[in-house]
Amino acid sequence: MATPVIVERKPLTFAERTYVPQILSGLKTTWKHLVKPKDTLEYPEQRPAIPPGYRGVPTLVKDPHGREKCVSCQLCEFVCPPKAIRITPGEIAPDAPTGHVEKAPKEFEIDMLRCIYCGMCQEVCPEEAIFLQNQFSMTGYTREEMVNNKARLYELGGTLPDQHFKWDKKKDAEVHGNDRH
Amino acid sequence: MIEFYTNLHPVVQGVLKGLAVIMVIFPIGGACSMAERKVSAWIQGRPGPNRAIVPWIAWVPLVGPFLQRLGLFHVMADGGKMLFKEDALPGHVNKFYFVLAPIIAMIPALTTVTAVPFGAYLDQAGKVIPLALANVDIGMLAVFAVSSLGVYSLILAGWASNSKYPFLGGVRASAQLISYELSMTLSVVPVFLWVNAPGREATLGFARVVEFQSQTGFLGGMWFVFLMPVSAFIFITALFAETNRQPFDMPESEADLVGGFHTEYGAFKWGLFFVAEYAHMLIGSGVFTLLFLGGWNPLPWIPLAQVVEWLSALTPLAAHPLFVGVLSIGIFLGKVIALIFVFMWVRWTVPRFRYDQVMEIGWKKLLPLSIANLIFYAVAIALIQK
Repeated sequence: MATPVIVERKPLTFAERTYVPQILSGLKTTWKHLVKPKDTLEYPEQRPAIPPGYRGVPTLVKDPHGREKCVSCQLCEFVCPPKAIRITPGEIAPDAPTGHVEKAPKEFEIDMLRCIYCGMCQEVCPEEAIFLQNQFSMTGYTREEMVNNKARLYELGGTLPDQHFKWDKKKDAEVHGNDRH
Repeated sequence: MIEFYTNLHPVVQGVLKGLAVIMVIFPIGGACSMAERKVSAWIQGRPGPNRAIVPWIAWVPLVGPFLQRLGLFHVMADGGKMLFKEDALPGHVNKFYFVLAPIIAMIPALTTVTAVPFGAYLDQAGKVIPLALANVDIGMLAVFAVSSLGVYSLILAGWASNSKYPFLGGVRASAQLISYELSMTLSVVPVFLWVNAPGREATLGFARVVEFQSQTGFLGGMWFVFLMPVSAFIFITALFAETNRQPFDMPESEADLVGGFHTEYGAFKWGLFFVAEYAHMLIGSGVFTLLFLGGWNPLPWIPLAQVVEWLSALTPLAAHPLFVGVLSIGIFLGKVIALIFVFMWVRWTVPRFRYDQVMEIGWKKLLPLSIANLIFYAVAIALIQK
């Protein structure tokens, strides 16, 4: 155990009691701050660097082949704590190229006035279709404007790389048999 | 032009001079408030106000953006806001005195300017003629007499507000200003003892003080800040207290008194208090410049006349009274602005003193020091000038 050190309180010297040396050294310090480059990020012109894993506005993404990834399982709608997500499920026509996926959202709405950016929708999504991306500033003049519909969500989301191509593999297995996997 | 002016009726001349004072002090007060915000920002590592811009000026390349970065248009925006926002009058105040206080604040602030010379020119004989609205012989006395009336506005504001924080602010203002007035006055006495050399007409004017700092020789050209450093130190310290600047910010003292004497004020009445405060700073800095920093002489041991002589060797135009006048006003204003910057710089360096410390510094330190200083210089001057 460290022995306690008692710091002796010395009486102030004459120079210290006149305040002058302390004020001069203080002036030196503030002068250094005066001339040094400013710390301010001038926001609208300069943007902050977004760190990886940032939770911005939730968006829907497509896979690199341009296929809509959401299958309207409604897990995100279920898990969303503030109930910001509203999904109207729809079907994919069986003769479409991605007919084997069977389901896709007919309408997908995220109310950004409700969203709390918790990222649980991204965490729960089994299709990796919903991502909270880098956009952090959402504004609008009306309540309706603040509800992102499906088209807007895909516009914001764009395409993200896919590691699995799960539905392509599934189709492959259907056609060629399961032995290839 | 000059004949036309001198032929005018003295009352018209007086009105013109008065208008000139208002036209100069108000914009400078506004500019000072902006400088305050800018210097504060720079010291805190921010760029400060830099957004407001008038469209026509934004179109001018380089200059427009530069002025915008400098925050020049925020002065106008702030001033316009002060003028046009609702001028609320609280229900619990004594209306007459409440409205009177900011007016009283402005009067001494604008009056003292008249006695302060701000430049000089050389007449045909090469004699330095000071430029002042009223170059009176009692200059220093007039400034002290009138500027100390400024405290009445603070007391009146504090009392008329009928609210405890403004009242405390007003009480503090009166106590503080009385305490520091003493040391301030005593600190400048050695200067006037020295400039009123035997065999010369007695004066308390600033022109003689500057004249004494523009003589030839080592001692003659020496600014009084070197000759009487203790006087200068006491004067500037008392000046901080008199103008209610940090670290002697007792009457306002936001931390413990909300807004001090101006808590109940808003809009233009509040603005007037601040224009008055900046005007006091300006005049205080001007007086300090005249007394201790050589007035309109550019550098110690290099008087204005010397510079004009050098410039005349280059071009005969330099000896023209107009050029010399502008040059001397420029030098003087440069020094005043530098001092105002020091005021702002100190504001962000030294934290506010406690009220008891303010009183202790005033009565137990500065006052004895200024008396000792006076006795020392009185004896020394008596021995030198006997």
